[in-house]
Amino acid sequence: MTKKSVGILFDRIRWEEKELGRQLEMRGSSYDMIDAKSQVLALDDSNYSTLPEKILVRCVSFYRGLNVSSVYEAHGIKTINSARVLDLCGNKLRTSQILASRGIPTPKTVVAFSSESAMQAIETVGFPCVMKPIVGSWGRQVIAIRDRETAEAMIEMREQQSDSMQTIFYIQEMIKRPPRDIRCVVVGDEIVASVYRYSAPDNWKTNVSLGGHAEVCKITPELEETVLKTAKVVGQGVLGIDLMERSSSEFVVHEVNGTAEFKGAQMASTQSIAGRIVDYMLSVDGKLGQKLIA
Amino acid sequence: MDAKCLECEANVNIEDDAVVGEIVTCPDCGADYEVASLQNGTVTIKVAESVKEDWGE
Repeated sequence: MTKKSVGILFDRIRWEEKELGRQLEMRGSSYDMIDAKSQVLALDDSNYSTLPEKILVRCVSFYRGLNVSSVYEAHGIKTINSARVLDLCGNKLRTSQILASRGIPTPKTVVAFSSESAMQAIETVGFPCVMKPIVGSWGRQVIAIRDRETAEAMIEMREQQSDSMQTIFYIQEMIKRPPRDIRCVVVGDEIVASVYRYSAPDNWKTNVSLGGHAEVCKITPELEETVLKTAKVVGQGVLGIDLMERSSSEFVVHEVNGTAEFKGAQMASTQSIAGRIVDYMLSVDGKLGQKLIA
Repeated sequence: MDAKCLECEANVNIEDDAVVGEIVTCPDCGADYEVASLQNGTVTIKVAESVKEDWGE
């Protein structure tokens, strides 16, 4: 089997993965589609030589993508994003911590680690606030908490779950914003798409997966500065950076996605986002940077 | 190309440009399947994974 220079690691093929493949074909680049679900990886085996030297990680399962990429990296394969970046982005607590520590504007966030202390965290942030799981997305289990009764109900509901992640309470300030947020797709050190994501009717969440729609968002100097600073702090690669408008010139970053979906953003963009990602993957140095596992 | 739904035996149409790993849905019962293999115009499907807590972007 001929070794390919690039590959796409997936566990579910969506429009994005097919478009990435089409863009590689348009450039005459052969590539491997690697199903993460079929990977059997011997950790002490150095024979990973048939795999491409650069692999774009597109798994919908955070833990699967993170763990496969950390094994690949340990065997000299460059993954985009790196396991370190995937780890930072896949865990909202870790994302918020690095943003707050490095001076990136982000909503006030307080975490608690038991149902007994959760109410104190909620009161520290104040009503209304937002409760989120630290792992997972598409808006699932993201709850607006507007009063003490709702808070008590949510804490009790989570307490009854067997999953220990449910007793990590990540509480965030609810930003007074227009009924939209902003998704910027960053490739390397450039913003390749910037869109407003509007909530679907009767839903306060702006996820395109929940029926929201996208419109072009002009990249102002203030927006560009915040987005590129965020990308630098998190680590270079392919990122979906989500922001809210506290005012017309003040943005807060609330999420950074390490395996960003861009179908919604593409609808409002003139250039091919997949094409820009593919060009980045083909041009980037295959040497490894900072690995998760030494 | 067509495959047979493993739940209700309805025909599930697979587009000609489908690729392995793509998700298809039975038009009758709504069951989700993953395209498992494509060879010489023959397609096989398997039950798709259900959404897990760590799924997202």
